[in-house]
Amino acid sequence: MKIVVCIKQVPDTAEVRINPETNTLVRDGVPSIINPYDLHALEAALQIKEKIGGTVTAITMGPPQAEDALREAIAMGVDDAVLLTDRAFAGSDTWATAYTLARAVSRIGYDLILCGKQAIDGDTAQVGPEMAEFLDIPHIAYVKAIDDINDRVIRVKRMMEEGYDVVEADLPVLLTVVKEINEPRLPSLKGKMRAKKAEIRRLGFKDLETDEHLVGLQGSPTQVKNIFAPEMKKDRKVLKGTPEEVVEQLITVLKEMKCL
Amino acid sequence: MDYFFTEEQKMIQELARQIAEEKVVPVRAELDEKEEFPHEIMQVLAQSDMFGIFIPEEYGGLGMGSLELCIAVEELSRACLGVSTSYAANALGTYPILLFGTEEQKKRYLPDIASGKRLVAFALTEANAGSDAAGIQTTAKKDGDYYILNGTKQWITNGGEAEIYTVIAMTDPSRGARGASAFIVEKGTEGFSFGKKEKKMGIRASVTRELIFDNCRVPKENLLGREGMGFIVAMKTLDQSRVGVGAQGVGVAQGALEEAIRFARQRVQFGKPVISFQAVQHMLADMATLTEAARALVYSVARYVDSGAKDISKPSAMAKVFATDVAMKVTTDAVQVMGGSGYMREYPVEKMMRDAKILQIYEGTNQIQRNVIGQELIKEAARKG
Repeated sequence: MKIVVCIKQVPDTAEVRINPETNTLVRDGVPSIINPYDLHALEAALQIKEKIGGTVTAITMGPPQAEDALREAIAMGVDDAVLLTDRAFAGSDTWATAYTLARAVSRIGYDLILCGKQAIDGDTAQVGPEMAEFLDIPHIAYVKAIDDINDRVIRVKRMMEEGYDVVEADLPVLLTVVKEINEPRLPSLKGKMRAKKAEIRRLGFKDLETDEHLVGLQGSPTQVKNIFAPEMKKDRKVLKGTPEEVVEQLITVLKEMKCL
Repeated sequence: MDYFFTEEQKMIQELARQIAEEKVVPVRAELDEKEEFPHEIMQVLAQSDMFGIFIPEEYGGLGMGSLELCIAVEELSRACLGVSTSYAANALGTYPILLFGTEEQKKRYLPDIASGKRLVAFALTEANAGSDAAGIQTTAKKDGDYYILNGTKQWITNGGEAEIYTVIAMTDPSRGARGASAFIVEKGTEGFSFGKKEKKMGIRASVTRELIFDNCRVPKENLLGREGMGFIVAMKTLDQSRVGVGAQGVGVAQGALEEAIRFARQRVQFGKPVISFQAVQHMLADMATLTEAARALVYSVARYVDSGAKDISKPSAMAKVFATDVAMKVTTDAVQVMGGSGYMREYPVEKMMRDAKILQIYEGTNQIQRNVIGQELIKEAARKG
């Protein structure tokens, strides 16, 4: 079983700052972590390996410092790691990112691809499913449990708004996972020591044997024009009194606002 | 302060701190309240290789020493002494095998200990043998290929939870301390059962229990060292582990100091945060100074132990006595700085104060430590003539 886990390095803060001139994330001075959902994907991969054997490869696309995220993945126990990095990939939207990752995992080889359901910085939840489309393989998103897996078939529980679906698919397949699937392990000391010395394989534009206009900014059909924080409205009013009084007041206020 | 740790030592510190903050702090009050053994935390420690730190690489460990173990113990103790006691008692139980085990015994037991698969306990104390270890009444009588153990061990940390026990028993009661021997006894051995579970003032996330040996047949290849070496096995083990108790003291003192500072910055009285009052600042200053001094001593002694030095009794007793007296004072003062809040279970310092008390008592009371130091001073002076 060859398992590939796609991970993303994201800033470790709920308050992502944005450069108002370039409309991109400000990464300087913000500590980076592995996207929390991707930790669950890594854990799922390691559990499958422990159960039925195989290898786990972590891959990330990003700037050279994204190597730190891969070393963390090695400390958790993945067998090897691939960094997809090139100036040509800069400015990729989810389409171009998914395309580039798909090219890369095709080169690496896979039976099963695992992703977190979305990244906490972009929040699109698009890259995983888009990759599956580029690879022309089935995908199951929002997986909350892997019930069974063998060399040919996988059966999972897919989280729905109410309850869950039980879905079966032939391998190869791509899954995106939700937090409910497991509790990610912490790194181990032996893993950390191995991670320090491990060689991280690098793949660049040339290795993917593709056209320039399919990657990076050129390959991105969407572009971010503007990012802004919603304005905080401060003219709040708190109505006080018994429920009956408050309802009376609320009706008056809504009438004044011409909502009623 | 920078203690110039190696990359590996920093890794241990970082990972132990992560485990302490993510896995221990959220549950410590509940474990204390329910007097519950931290099974899940022990599993995390196992998975993170924390049990293998001081075990040689050829037996599946990381091949490091006392300083590295102290670093891990300190970080866990900063969060919860109950958890760190369960962890450190494992090392205490392992030292007899590490120091006196035959190649065969090491091969048989150390890999499972290093991986955290099997927990260990050290069994010396009895109803009439605590500080006076020569008062041991548990006997081990040779019978062919076996020793027959009879007696009751008391207050054994990890009792019932551990799979492997290093037990001191009398093979020749007529010879007193020279008649003691050390054995490895596995859980499940016929005639070996567990008795009373103690209810304690503190370290309630660690389990303290009686071990009962009733015609328990232990194979003769489980004897550690030779017959009559039991007392030496126990003393060398305690010399080795004592600095770890010092590290527990440093950790809990650090934890209490941090809580006190955080509280003092927020608590407003007379229109100002209480930390702006000199009376509070001076208390915090003394707490911080003592903690740092204890840390420096513990690290120095751990490095000395790791150097392979033979005369470690005195320095390790000094590290234990100083760091644990500091722990008692700092945790008590943390409660004082925090006033009424400090006394309430809503904040963690009252637990730290209850927990810290055991450090002055177990693994040789601080009075016994002073005896050790005093006797060494006399010996040293006599040598100089």
